[in-house]
Amino acid sequence: MSSLILPAVLSGLTMGAIYALVALGLTLIYGVLHIINFAHGSLLMLALYAAYFLFVHMGLDPYLAIPILLPAFFCLGYVLQRWVIAPMSGGSEQNVLLVTLALALIIDNLALYFWTSNTRSVDIPYAYNTVEFLGAYLPLGRVIAFFAALAAAPLLWLFMTRTRTGSAIRAVAIEKRGAEIVGIDVNHTYAICFGIGTACVALAACLLLPTFYVTPQVGYTFVLVAFTTVVLGGMGSLPGALIAGLLLGVIESLCGLFLGESLGQIGIFVAFILILLFKPSGLLGRRAA
Amino acid sequence: MKPQSMGQAVLIGLALIYLASLYFMSSPVWMGFTINALIVAVVALAWNITGGFGGMASFGHAAMYGTGAYASAILQVQYGINAWIAFAAGIVAGAAMGAFIGALAFRYGLKGSYFALVTLAFAEVLRICASSFAITGGGSGLQLRLEPGLSTLQFNERAVVYTILLVIVALVMALTAWLKYSRFGAYLIAVRENEDAARALGIDTYRIKVKAMAISGAFAGLAGVLYLQVWLFIDSAVVYGSAVSIEALIGPIIGGAGTVWGPLIGTLGLHLLGEGAKHLLHNAPGLNFVLYAVVLICALRFLPQGLMGLAARIGTFRKKDDDNA
Repeated sequence: MSSLILPAVLSGLTMGAIYALVALGLTLIYGVLHIINFAHGSLLMLALYAAYFLFVHMGLDPYLAIPILLPAFFCLGYVLQRWVIAPMSGGSEQNVLLVTLALALIIDNLALYFWTSNTRSVDIPYAYNTVEFLGAYLPLGRVIAFFAALAAAPLLWLFMTRTRTGSAIRAVAIEKRGAEIVGIDVNHTYAICFGIGTACVALAACLLLPTFYVTPQVGYTFVLVAFTTVVLGGMGSLPGALIAGLLLGVIESLCGLFLGESLGQIGIFVAFILILLFKPSGLLGRRAA
Repeated sequence: MKPQSMGQAVLIGLALIYLASLYFMSSPVWMGFTINALIVAVVALAWNITGGFGGMASFGHAAMYGTGAYASAILQVQYGINAWIAFAAGIVAGAAMGAFIGALAFRYGLKGSYFALVTLAFAEVLRICASSFAITGGGSGLQLRLEPGLSTLQFNERAVVYTILLVIVALVMALTAWLKYSRFGAYLIAVRENEDAARALGIDTYRIKVKAMAISGAFAGLAGVLYLQVWLFIDSAVVYGSAVSIEALIGPIIGGAGTVWGPLIGTLGLHLLGEGAKHLLHNAPGLNFVLYAVVLICALRFLPQGLMGLAARIGTFRKKDDDNA
């Protein structure tokens, strides 16, 4: 059994990196807009389908689809926030949650209608080439995803701290009224932030697709894991989301090992409930909400 | 329960006329479809207690709905216990689950989005558990043996099932109305409006909220048991699935959260809309949910108090001394 633990931990870490990437987008949106985006998983599902169709119809490798899907999903996120979520919710926290829930329903069920519930995956032979590390054999696709996700987090952090747009986003997050007074276009900044969050999802989808599958329901699973990651890491904390994502990947993998594959996700949800109950401010959160 | 305006009277009248007209229709399709809608209306009324009066929007009413259904099914299938006792046990189990989730969540002061997420997580944990253990039938679910009769609470006649459901919905609504005008209801609404002020006035807000979750859980458990008795089959995706939780909240929000008639009218209206769309679009799967979601977004934007709130502004009977029925 003990010889299985290390491979399980490593495999959990590679999945956790993807969780972290999805959660980075969600936590960024929460930290700035103070909204929980229920449609986050559905956008991931949409990005997975986009990458899938680019591969099937144009033969485009999912990794090469990143430069196309990243800007495309940034624009999608921008439009959704600026012209759908913000005007339709009227600013109340509960309404935002419900509007994004409704968006998730619309996206998921339209996907079900157009693309049916069939499970699809792409066939990229090299993605399953194994890499040996400390006695564990990991698929190359997962290893690439791991390092790419780890690289994305500091890039996002650099963007937030070193660019004018990043400063504007942080200013709006801290003091909306004050940011407005010094001439920052708040609605534009919110939408940019939402766009970046959505672009994170597109990146995650491109990294995920070679070693994963896509169905219209896949977003629901991921959104729950992403919520857990965001809450565990501390709502709005970027480094928190990264650590929490990796941790949850390992928890899921170990629960799968000890309780059986179908119960793997139980660990994540139990962790979620426990965190919400005992430390809703999360690992790196500043104070209780 | 009385309408406060001409508009509300018309809205309630339309719903009653529709429900009564089903007895005179030759096609059984509409009655079958309305039976489903009435079961959903019960869980919508359950959501309305916490989400409408208490202002605690749950995203996981499936947790209590499924627990009620499974408790009753396990007692009947695995232990051969009488359907009436199992029926009552299902309601108690729903109430217990509601109280448990509420006690845990409110103990640590969760509200708003956090409360929504923790209820969702509970429903998901229960769904995965129910699909993994032998006592719940695992992935294949539980099936009641078909033996129609009063002692097994199974009825062949569709009109009988329909009538029983109508009576139950009326009872739940009467209870809701009674709760609304009771001292407890006043406390609960006070908690929704301003929890700190309510506490300052000496209301034990924690107890009120847990009690509301227990009552809501009992209603949701009842809805789950009704589903089981009507369809004789449950599995984890059907009773613990997110569709239950979503339908539970959409109906009241569109009909008017925190009103007695809102959940029923919202649910009936949505189901009629969904059914109509199904006929137009040749049974496309999932498209009714797309429609519900679009209606939900529009309702949030344009009808903040739902249909009942809109109707209240049309031809008001008296001066505005009470918000709405």
